[in-house]
Amino acid sequence: MEPYKKHESIAALMNRSNVDTDQIIPKQFLKKVERSGFGAHLFHDWRFNDDGSDNPDFELNKPVFKDAKILVVGDNFGCGSSREHAPWAIADYGFNTIISTSYADIFYNNCFKNGILPIVVSAEQLDKLMAEINANEGVKFVVDLENKQVTTPAGNGFSFEIDPFRQGNLLSGLDDIGLTLIHEDKITAYEQQHKQTYPWLWV
Amino acid sequence: MKKTMYEKIWDSHLVIEVPGQAPLIYVDRHLMHEVTSPQAFEGLRLSGRKVRNPHSILATMDHCVPTKDRDLPIADPIARKQIEVMAENCRENGLNLYDMKNPNNGVIHVVVPEHGFVHPGMVVVCGDSHTATHGAFGALAFGIGTSEVEHVMATQTLPQKKSKTMLVQVNGKLSRYSSAKDIALAIIGKIGTAGGTGHVIEYAGEAIKDLTMEGRMTLCNMAIEAGARAGLIAPDEKTYEYLKGREFAPKGASWDQAMAYWQSLPSDEGAVFDTVITLNAEEIEPQVSWGTSPEQVIGVNGTVPSPDSFDNEGKRKACESALAYMGLTPDTKITDIPIDLVFIGSCTNGRIEDFRIAAEVTKGTKVAPGVKAIAVPGSYHVKHQAEAEGLDKIFLDAGWEWRDPGCSMCLAMNGDELTKGQRSASTSNRNFEGRQGKGGRTHLVSPAMAAAAAAAGHFVDIRKL
Repeated sequence: MEPYKKHESIAALMNRSNVDTDQIIPKQFLKKVERSGFGAHLFHDWRFNDDGSDNPDFELNKPVFKDAKILVVGDNFGCGSSREHAPWAIADYGFNTIISTSYADIFYNNCFKNGILPIVVSAEQLDKLMAEINANEGVKFVVDLENKQVTTPAGNGFSFEIDPFRQGNLLSGLDDIGLTLIHEDKITAYEQQHKQTYPWLWV
Repeated sequence: MKKTMYEKIWDSHLVIEVPGQAPLIYVDRHLMHEVTSPQAFEGLRLSGRKVRNPHSILATMDHCVPTKDRDLPIADPIARKQIEVMAENCRENGLNLYDMKNPNNGVIHVVVPEHGFVHPGMVVVCGDSHTATHGAFGALAFGIGTSEVEHVMATQTLPQKKSKTMLVQVNGKLSRYSSAKDIALAIIGKIGTAGGTGHVIEYAGEAIKDLTMEGRMTLCNMAIEAGARAGLIAPDEKTYEYLKGREFAPKGASWDQAMAYWQSLPSDEGAVFDTVITLNAEEIEPQVSWGTSPEQVIGVNGTVPSPDSFDNEGKRKACESALAYMGLTPDTKITDIPIDLVFIGSCTNGRIEDFRIAAEVTKGTKVAPGVKAIAVPGSYHVKHQAEAEGLDKIFLDAGWEWRDPGCSMCLAMNGDELTKGQRSASTSNRNFEGRQGKGGRTHLVSPAMAAAAAAAGHFVDIRKL
């Protein structure tokens, strides 16, 4: 995983709530056995017309959002299925930061495994950010994960909360499995105990 | 201290708490299917790691598999590859796989209980959000992403943040025409699809105790649609009765030992939940979803709501866009909505009791002109049981298709799907845009409601049949 660095990037706006993982990556693209290449299908059913051409009415097809790394969206983003293809598609498309009031639990967890920072803001703060993008499409926000700060040209900056463990992992790009295996002796000890307490699980 | 069932399971599975890190919890059972596992196996291979406990894993093929002409090669080359890769990964790692030709094959969350693979008090994971199903046994069961699938294979643990607890108390008796599916939809209608976010739900109350094990599975299955991490129901005599004698259930002296543990699991009297929701089962009518989110749901005697009826701006907008997608106008009676296709099946409603009730409603009817109706058993065991009871004949005589098991039209990955503008009555769990095919319009209902709609060509109030 790439370490997450402080960056100044275009913030794209999708003013939609309850965007589910079936919209983020429709099921016809879940049959691949690799992790890469899902960005081409991100938001497929909204993004493309039936003939495969770009749908000009879809927010992210606006040329001004082309190089955006920050996605500003409505409540309860990523609800529905557990498919990690959703954050794979988001990261592969080029986003590394999402700003919303709330996320579905599994999606939120999946983001951190893929170098994506999902920032939680208040509804009031989200309204301000959306208004700023609407008034100045192509506006760039600065995201500083180390100091948990977002700054914007119109002064709608804010600090955000994030679990320090997850923050550290994103900043260092560390692999979760490696971190867990540091405690392998504890896992083995637990397992021994488990076999004694719940022997019927081991038959 | 008085503990909830969730807290008891959590405490007994805590491996280590390192300050500043997410606690590591131990995983007893790991369920697998072909869609969310290949990249996890690839990750293991690349890092030179091994599956820590192959016996903890049970795998099946369900999402992409055809539900007819199973003797022919899979037409879709990418789906075929995914199936082949699954078989190879399981072979290489010595995992128990019920492949397409195996008599135990079926939808993972239908197959696992059939074999008694999940017991009360376990921690169970699967790269599939409907893992919540197994909460019906009093197991903490939840969906995970593919990176976590790899993590569990390599370490048998998961870093997890402790959830908050929510008690959903359903008092009173359910009418005989309403089902576990209607309770599930009514709860989601009440608390919304984000209502349970960050929580594990425990369902309790007379109506829950009265449910059969299969009904409890249906209810817990849709905990995820209420945004919850998992759903739980305290184990009781019905749970033990269901498990006894199944392949992976404890036997002999182990059974008694297991029972002593299981009986210690229910939440202590007076244990405190972070959130409490109460419903009266007597008020739960047969439900029909009208929108593109499971929270957009109403009783069958209702009408399609108008955006103006919502006092919240977000919900108003969501209603407007759902009505546009669904091709519905406000104030239309639910019973006046015509349908094109009926699907009975899925991990929500693909078990034997679902086909029994649907067959009871279907018996002596004919599928309405212009309507296609497909019955897709959740497993070969369900299929064969239904056939032994003659249920297949009832469906076939009425003009239904009787298929082989799989996820099928629940998520339409296997070629079974709606075409643009087609409208379904479906016993599955999600009515998202495009879920059953691009431009397809899904109405979520119980099996009895689906069967009645197939015969009438539109929704009907089954209480009036």
